[in-house]
Amino acid sequence: MPAVLEIEGLRKTYKSRRRGTRNALDGFDMRVDAGQVHGFLGPNGSGKTTTLRTLLGLIRPDGGRMALLGHEVPDALPTVAGQVGAIVESPQFFPHFTARDTLSLLAGAGEVPAVRVDEVLELVGLRDRSGERVKTYSLGMKQRLAVASALLKNPKLLILDEPANGLDPGGIREMRTLMRTLAESGMTVVLSSHILGEIQLICDSVTIISLGRRVAFGPVDEVLAQHSSGAVRIRLEAVSDLPVATEALTQAGIRVTGHPDHLMLAGVDKPASVTRLLAEKNLYVSELAPIAVDLESVFLELTATAPVPGQHRQVDESMKVGGTGQPGPAGGGWGA
Amino acid sequence: MSLFRTELRRLSKRRFTRYMTLLGLLVLAAVVVGVFFTNQKIDAGQLARAERQADQQYQEQVRWSEQERVACEQAKTAGTATDGRYPDDCSVITPPPREEIKAEWFLPSTFDFKETFDETLIPFAAILALVGFVIGASFVGAEWSTGGMMNLLLWRPKRLTVLLTKLAALLTGILAVTLPAAVLWFAGFWAVANFRGSTEKMTSGVWQSFMLTGVRGVVLVLVLTTIGFALASLGRHTAMALGGVVAVMVVGQFGLGILLSMASVRFAEAWLLPTYALAWMTKTVTLQDWNSCNATYYGECKPATMDITWQQSSVLLSVGVVVILGAALWAMRRRDIS
Repeated sequence: MPAVLEIEGLRKTYKSRRRGTRNALDGFDMRVDAGQVHGFLGPNGSGKTTTLRTLLGLIRPDGGRMALLGHEVPDALPTVAGQVGAIVESPQFFPHFTARDTLSLLAGAGEVPAVRVDEVLELVGLRDRSGERVKTYSLGMKQRLAVASALLKNPKLLILDEPANGLDPGGIREMRTLMRTLAESGMTVVLSSHILGEIQLICDSVTIISLGRRVAFGPVDEVLAQHSSGAVRIRLEAVSDLPVATEALTQAGIRVTGHPDHLMLAGVDKPASVTRLLAEKNLYVSELAPIAVDLESVFLELTATAPVPGQHRQVDESMKVGGTGQPGPAGGGWGA
Repeated sequence: MSLFRTELRRLSKRRFTRYMTLLGLLVLAAVVVGVFFTNQKIDAGQLARAERQADQQYQEQVRWSEQERVACEQAKTAGTATDGRYPDDCSVITPPPREEIKAEWFLPSTFDFKETFDETLIPFAAILALVGFVIGASFVGAEWSTGGMMNLLLWRPKRLTVLLTKLAALLTGILAVTLPAAVLWFAGFWAVANFRGSTEKMTSGVWQSFMLTGVRGVVLVLVLTTIGFALASLGRHTAMALGGVVAVMVVGQFGLGILLSMASVRFAEAWLLPTYALAWMTKTVTLQDWNSCNATYYGECKPATMDITWQQSSVLLSVGVVVILGAALWAMRRRDIS
C-alpha cells in the first residue's frame, strides 16, 4: 500500500537562554498508508502537535525528511496543500464571522466551489446553525466547524488534532462514523487523540510518540499483541488445590499471583502449556482466560505515564527510548 | 475566487472595518458641516460696516495715543516719569497707521476656497491615516491572534504571498474609501465656499496645487496603513501596532520634545515625526530658533530658520515603510507559527 505520509528522523529543537535546549522532536519517524485511519498518540508535550505543525509547514524543522502524498515537504507544500485537510490543536476562528462566512472565505482562498460549503455544513451537522457567529458556538460546535473546514477541500489526506475534544457522546459517535465513512471512500485519516478507546475502535494503525520519539507503531492488533503481557487467569475445580498449582507453575518458571478463588499468571506464551502442566499434577482447570490488553494500558506502559499513588507526574516525565539517533523498540526507518 | 478577492471580502465583512470607516467619514463630515456653519458669505453692506468700525477703531487709537503723549509730557515735567511707564521720548507715542487696522477684523469668518482649502487637506489626510492605521493593524492583528492566519496558511502555504496579498487587499480597500472621500471633500468645501465664502481667483495653477496636496494626502494615508499593518504582523497582534504607536508618540515624541526643549536644542521640532508629516502635506515647514537673533539692516531681530521640505519627508516615509514592512516580511518568512 503506498504511503501518503512519511516522516524520517524529524528533529525540532527549541533553544532558550533561560530554559536551555529542548528537543521537541528527536529523530521522529512515522508512516501512514493510503486508505487507513491512523491514530497518532502521545502524552501532553510529547511532540504530536509539533509534528503536525512541522508537517504542514507552520514550523521549520531542524532536520529529517517529510513527504505528503509522495511529495517532499515543505518544498512541495503549495502543490499538495489542496489535497490535505487539517486542523491543528484547538479550533480557532475569527469569532465575529458566521460559520458560513468562515467556510466561504476559506473556500474562496482555496478556490473551492461554493457549493461545497453547504455539503460540509450538512456533513458535520451545522446546517441549521451556520448563520450564527462563531463566538456563540460551544467548543463542540467549533470542533465540528473545524472538521468542516478541513473537509472543505475534499482532501486525500485528512489530519485531525483532537477532533472529539468537546463533543458530546452523540457527537463522538457521529465523528467515529464519519471517520470510518471517509476512510471507506478512500480518504486517509490521521487522528490525534487522547480518547484511546475511540482510537482503538476507529483506527487501523497507530503511532505512539513519547518525548519526541516514536515508541510504537503498526496495526492496532499488532501493537496490542506486541505489548501483551501474556497474562492468564485460571480457576480450578477445587479452590483448595490453588497452593499446589501455584507451586507447580512457579517451578515451571511462570510468575503467579494468588487470589482467594483464582490465580493470575504472567509471562504465559501458550495457555495450553498451563493446562497440560496442571493436568499432569491431576489438577483440573475450570476456567482459563487470557487477559486482553487495551490500547490505554499499552500507551501508559510505553510512555510510562501511568499514575502512581502519591506522585505528581510532570509533563515531560514520560518514556524516552533508545540512544541518540537510535530507533525505538518497535522498529525504525520508514514505518512498519 | 482568488485570494486577493477573498481578502478584500474578508476586509469588508469585518465589523471593525465598517465601524472605523464610518466613524472616520462621520468626523470628516462633521468638519465640513462645522466649517459651513461657522462661516458666512460677506455682502457689500457688511463690508462697509466693517470699514466704518475700522475707522472708529483708528480714531480711538488716535485719541488714546494723544492722551498718553500728553500724560507722558506732564509726568516728565513733574519729574515723576521715572517708573518706566513712559518712554524717554514722549513723541514716539503715536497711533498705528490706518492701514494696520483692517476691515476684515470686523467681519464674520468667511471661507475663501483659494486661501483656505489647502489647509483642510491636512485634517482630511490625518483622520483617514489614523483610520487606515487602525484598520490595517486590526485586519492582520486579529487574523494572527484568532488563528485565522494559521488556517489560511494551511490552505495557501506561501507565506509571503499570503501576507502581501492581504496588504494589497487592505490598501485597495483603503484607497476605495479615500478616493471617493477626497472627491466629496473637494465638493463639500467647494459648496461651503459657494454658500459661505468665495470661490474667486481660482486658476488652473491653484487647482493643480490642490490636486498635488490631495495626492500627497492619499499617499500619507496609504503609508500609515501599511505601517499599521506591518507592525501588527510583526507583533502578531493588533495591540503591537497600537501599543507601538502610543509608545512612540508618548515617549518618543512628547518625552523627546520636552527633553530637547529643556536642553535648549536648536530646531527641536526637526526631531519630531509630526513635523515631517506636516512638511509632507504643506511642502515646507520653516522652523525658527527664537534664541538666536539675526539683526536686519533696519535693526530688526529675526530668528534663525530651518526648512523641512516634503522631499526630506518622503525619504523618511520611504525608509520607515521599507524597514518596518521588510521586518514584517522577514518575520513572516522565518518565524514559526504556533
